[in-house]
Amino acid sequence: MTRDHILHRIRTALGRSAGQAASPDVPPARLVVPEMDREARIRSFTARLEALGGKTLCAATRDEARALVAPAIEGKRAVASNAPFLAECGITSLPGVESGIADRERLRAVCAAAQVGITSADYALADTGSLVMLSSPQEARMISLLPPVHIAVAPLERMLTGLDELFTVLPRPAEQTSSMVLITGPSRTADIEQILVRGAHGPGQVIVILVG
Amino acid sequence: MSVEFDRKVHDTLADANLQLAIYSSTGRLKRGRSASVADAEMPDYQELRTQAHAIKKHAIDNLDYYLEEFERNVTARGGKVVYCKDATEVADFVLGLAKQRGARLIVKSKSMTTEEVDLNERLHHHGLESVETDLGEYILQLAHEKPYHIVLPALHKTRYDVADLFTRELHVPRETVIEKQTALACSVLRDKFLAADIGISGANFLVADSGAIVVIENEGNARLTTTAPKVHIVLAGIEKVIPRARDLATFLKLLARSATGQLLSAYTSFLSGARRPGEIDGPDEFYVVLLDNGRTRLLPDREKRQTLYCIRCGACLNACPVYRKIGGYSFPWVYSGPIGAILTPQFMGVSHEPALPFASSLCGACGEVCPVKIDIPKVLLELRSDIKKAEARDGQNRLEKLAFRAFAWLMTHPRIYEMACRMAAMMAPSGNGKWISSVPPPLNLPPVRAWLSQRDLPPPPAKSFRELWRQRR
Repeated sequence: MTRDHILHRIRTALGRSAGQAASPDVPPARLVVPEMDREARIRSFTARLEALGGKTLCAATRDEARALVAPAIEGKRAVASNAPFLAECGITSLPGVESGIADRERLRAVCAAAQVGITSADYALADTGSLVMLSSPQEARMISLLPPVHIAVAPLERMLTGLDELFTVLPRPAEQTSSMVLITGPSRTADIEQILVRGAHGPGQVIVILVG
Repeated sequence: MSVEFDRKVHDTLADANLQLAIYSSTGRLKRGRSASVADAEMPDYQELRTQAHAIKKHAIDNLDYYLEEFERNVTARGGKVVYCKDATEVADFVLGLAKQRGARLIVKSKSMTTEEVDLNERLHHHGLESVETDLGEYILQLAHEKPYHIVLPALHKTRYDVADLFTRELHVPRETVIEKQTALACSVLRDKFLAADIGISGANFLVADSGAIVVIENEGNARLTTTAPKVHIVLAGIEKVIPRARDLATFLKLLARSATGQLLSAYTSFLSGARRPGEIDGPDEFYVVLLDNGRTRLLPDREKRQTLYCIRCGACLNACPVYRKIGGYSFPWVYSGPIGAILTPQFMGVSHEPALPFASSLCGACGEVCPVKIDIPKVLLELRSDIKKAEARDGQNRLEKLAFRAFAWLMTHPRIYEMACRMAAMMAPSGNGKWISSVPPPLNLPPVRAWLSQRDLPPPPAKSFRELWRQRR
């Protein structure tokens, strides 16, 4: 009832009729993808993330990536996502790492108790230092959210220049996932006296390992 | 000016600590914005504003089309869209769903739209616990207060206020270190997240071609709100719809920069429906409540319609010399600052606080910083004109009309004008070279007194411009 009433009010006010198509004056989407070589992308990503208090590490090989993760989780409880890339790096078989969880309740309990969450990332954005995470059977939402430390390990070729390139390669994210999250630095708040505090409800530490 | 408005303005001006808090907080955001949109950082800033304005204009001009497209796409993914005309309908929907699901505890992320409809109060009234989870909003909920600023809801609270509040409400030892206060609030709220039956969020954007909503935040509380509970309800104004996911490339670049000077906020969530088969976590049910609450009233007027382009970044508050003095609570409704001054009278009717569109120096700073190029000063003028016309219809401003007619007559009769000026100069106090804050009778008529109660006049010059001009010739 209310639906039809509101739509009717809108149409009357705008001088439109039911079922009428949108006017043809829709501006073309503005997506400008700059030229940016591999080194420049890494440099920009690293600088942007660092400015927010995050850390970027580069690994030439998958073994090297595992070797970077190992000391960071030593003696800690970690939960890793089901991303095949993490298994390929051998990260899921490191001591103290729990992985392969497919049950929501169990995942929630493990994430709530874990000190480190390890994920891959679908993309990274060079010009903002962001990670792009698409929820899937491989990547749960909670792993990059509940534990106080988030380590993301991703192949370097997933580094895009920025938002414009992201929406060029992924013009309709909803066709792939119910949840696409852009993570730009650690969780933070400045709600009391505008003093910055890192680590509010999400991870206060974000470490990104770029492989390749 | 209503007594209420006048009192709040004076209270704010008289509170030195508050003045400092407003001035320094808005100043910091203002500097952050300027730096992040400077030429070196963002050479295409002006083109992006133009693009954002054009997209919003197109979306609002075709609002019914995009709402229906949005609805089709949400429904296709198993979500449900509900239209509500006002606060009562929103509360009825949430209460009905909560009852069906046997829900007791609701977690909420920051949303101005839920403030608009007093959702928490209405839910509490019916025995539901509804907890704000953004740190600033949580503080305000404990203090039973409203947001002071669109982006910094608790900017008027110091760490000592927060310490007192937490001790009183959470029964914890007094703690004045901000990091520890934050950790304390987050740990209390973590339990709420994990126990909550329903999560309610707002939306920064509704994306028509995807049936998706976009939520932008820094703390992670909105991610938890939209991930942990089994039911996710989104409350958004109908004006939030944009045509395509690709348009976000434009809006995301502008929003965080304009709000806080960040390139992007910590978390931008693009959510389309409940979790899909195979996805491990996320809600099982997804509802989008589309709220009118006065918005359709703005549509008939082509000029004032642009008020609905607002993306709630708060940049106009930080830029406004009036907001920076009178603060958020002087404004009669949840929306403050320049955008509040044009939004409130149009949503609630101009008689709600007729002084509001006049409480501006029309300096233009708000329009200049608006990322979607809303011509706020122009809309203020239109509203002033509406208010004056309404007063004229009620026959309220006969005296004012008469005065202006006399003034017009005076201005078109130079000799008489000059005589009048000389007479006024003789009657007016010389001020001894100082600014004049009061005048003697017979000049001290009530309108003159009211005018001078807010402003001072410069001392009258020894010679008028006309006299100097004649001498030069």
